[in-house]
Amino acid sequence: MKIDEDLIKHVAETARLNLTQQEIKEFLPQLKEILGGFSEISKVNTNHVKPSFHAVEIKDVLRHDIPKKPLTQEEALKNTKHKKDGYFLGPSAV
Amino acid sequence: MDISEYINKVKSNEIDIIEHTKKVIQECRKINKEYNYFNVISEELALEQAKELKKRIKKKDTKGNLFGVHVSVKDCVCVKDVESRAGSKILFGYRPVFDATVIQKAKEQGAIIIGKTSQDAFGYGSFNVNVGLDFKIPKNPFDKERATGGSSGGAAGITQKLDLPHIAISESTGGSIAAPASYCGVIGLCPTYGRVSRYGLMDYANSLDKIGVMSKNIEDCAVLLHVIAGHDNKDSTSLEEPVENYPEFVNKKSRLKIGIIKESLAKGIDPEVKDSVLNTIKKLHDNGIKTQEVSLPLVFKYGVQTYYLISLTETSTNLAKFCGMRYGYEEKLEGNFNEYFSKIRSNAFNREAKRRIILGTFARMAGFRDAYYSKAMKVRTLMIQEYKKLFKKFDLLVCPTMPNVAPKFYEIDKLTPMQNFMMDIMTAGPNLAGFPHLSMPCGPEDNLPVGIMFTADHLEEKKLIQIAGIIEKLK
Repeated sequence: MKIDEDLIKHVAETARLNLTQQEIKEFLPQLKEILGGFSEISKVNTNHVKPSFHAVEIKDVLRHDIPKKPLTQEEALKNTKHKKDGYFLGPSAV
Repeated sequence: MDISEYINKVKSNEIDIIEHTKKVIQECRKINKEYNYFNVISEELALEQAKELKKRIKKKDTKGNLFGVHVSVKDCVCVKDVESRAGSKILFGYRPVFDATVIQKAKEQGAIIIGKTSQDAFGYGSFNVNVGLDFKIPKNPFDKERATGGSSGGAAGITQKLDLPHIAISESTGGSIAAPASYCGVIGLCPTYGRVSRYGLMDYANSLDKIGVMSKNIEDCAVLLHVIAGHDNKDSTSLEEPVENYPEFVNKKSRLKIGIIKESLAKGIDPEVKDSVLNTIKKLHDNGIKTQEVSLPLVFKYGVQTYYLISLTETSTNLAKFCGMRYGYEEKLEGNFNEYFSKIRSNAFNREAKRRIILGTFARMAGFRDAYYSKAMKVRTLMIQEYKKLFKKFDLLVCPTMPNVAPKFYEIDKLTPMQNFMMDIMTAGPNLAGFPHLSMPCGPEDNLPVGIMFTADHLEEKKLIQIAGIIEKLK
């Protein structure tokens, strides 16, 4: 696997980040070092081992279907300047 | 003065809770000017709560295990109407309209919330130097040229520095309670994954995040843990097991058997740290506690890598929601969705957040996922098994919390990212495997603090409290 500027730009774009040229230059050797270090785990034999998505057993739980009072419209909109007529205002979709 | 004595004095009005709260806030402001432990000091809320308690005292309604106790809260835990940013610019101005479950529980028991403590943005760091854009780096209470440790550096610093009764609510993903507790010379207890509700906690990595406690002594720690632990319908990962009466275990005698992790005392550890830890273990041994050397080869060889792969993968998805809409940092709405979101995220995440999002996004991309993320999940299974095997024979495992004392800022600057990650070598294992662990000071009091760390099996927090109680009495 080749870690180069193009790969970093592609990953950053996927993550919705615009990196500056300086950031790309800084991250490139760092990512090579880190991913090289992470690759060490390939040496561990994990044949027939199940993955642990959590450290402790988590049961599937369904709560009782009891209606509760949700946030009011006012509360939901309290933390944004971008709102209009009781709705969130966002950037243009197209 | 310990918390129980303090609470009694508040309840009997020997301490005027309003005047005392003013004094606490004033002292916090004074310390903060020099050390940067708070992102927000919530004076208004604190005084409002103090006035409410005063009214209750007059009515002789003084029920509550934290009645009048001042509690600081790590910035990533939501407090209603108090700016909560997880140490990041991207949550600028965000005032939650609800309390996290731990805050709700603490308030119900009479706690007074004094503010939001400094952290590495979203918990991304071992030293608390990766603070968000426009935030200040907290300084070590013993030497201002040194780090507090991270990511709960503000919580640890104020716990050490504030000479008034206080307990801190903090959080750990890979060592964020133990590391700063060690560098700042306080007690830090990270509970079992799921023991304490995460509702209202801003995620770093949701299969690893745990809310815990920092305090000056073990009794205070046990009191707060007892309040915040327990199942919560709002958090499907919180465990339904009953909560034990933790304060009862502070003075409880029992025959604990401790395994000394040999890899933790091998090369790479500061001699003064090693000496302090071994001296404490010797004292325990001399007091009738059985100790024996044990080994955790897989955890110490691959724990850090596995921890980071899982945490970064999870965090890259968790942080996808921060986009400049609905709450937090906003700019003028321009361009399309992708252009606006990318602009906000690029302008408000710090370098470390960007680095970790990129690494995590990479690790879960098609073609790489099996080699990194899926593999790490399987290695985690093997590590849990490695620990569990030892917990069949031992009550606790012991090691230094950090391989060193608090480093100077210029020393941290010299570390490469991977060297930086490797500082979590002691703490990555228990965090990855969800085991409760506790760090407490163990070195000579005239030197920089050294932390000793104990790890217990899942839901065995009581054993951590017992051993801490024993060590406190040995001093």
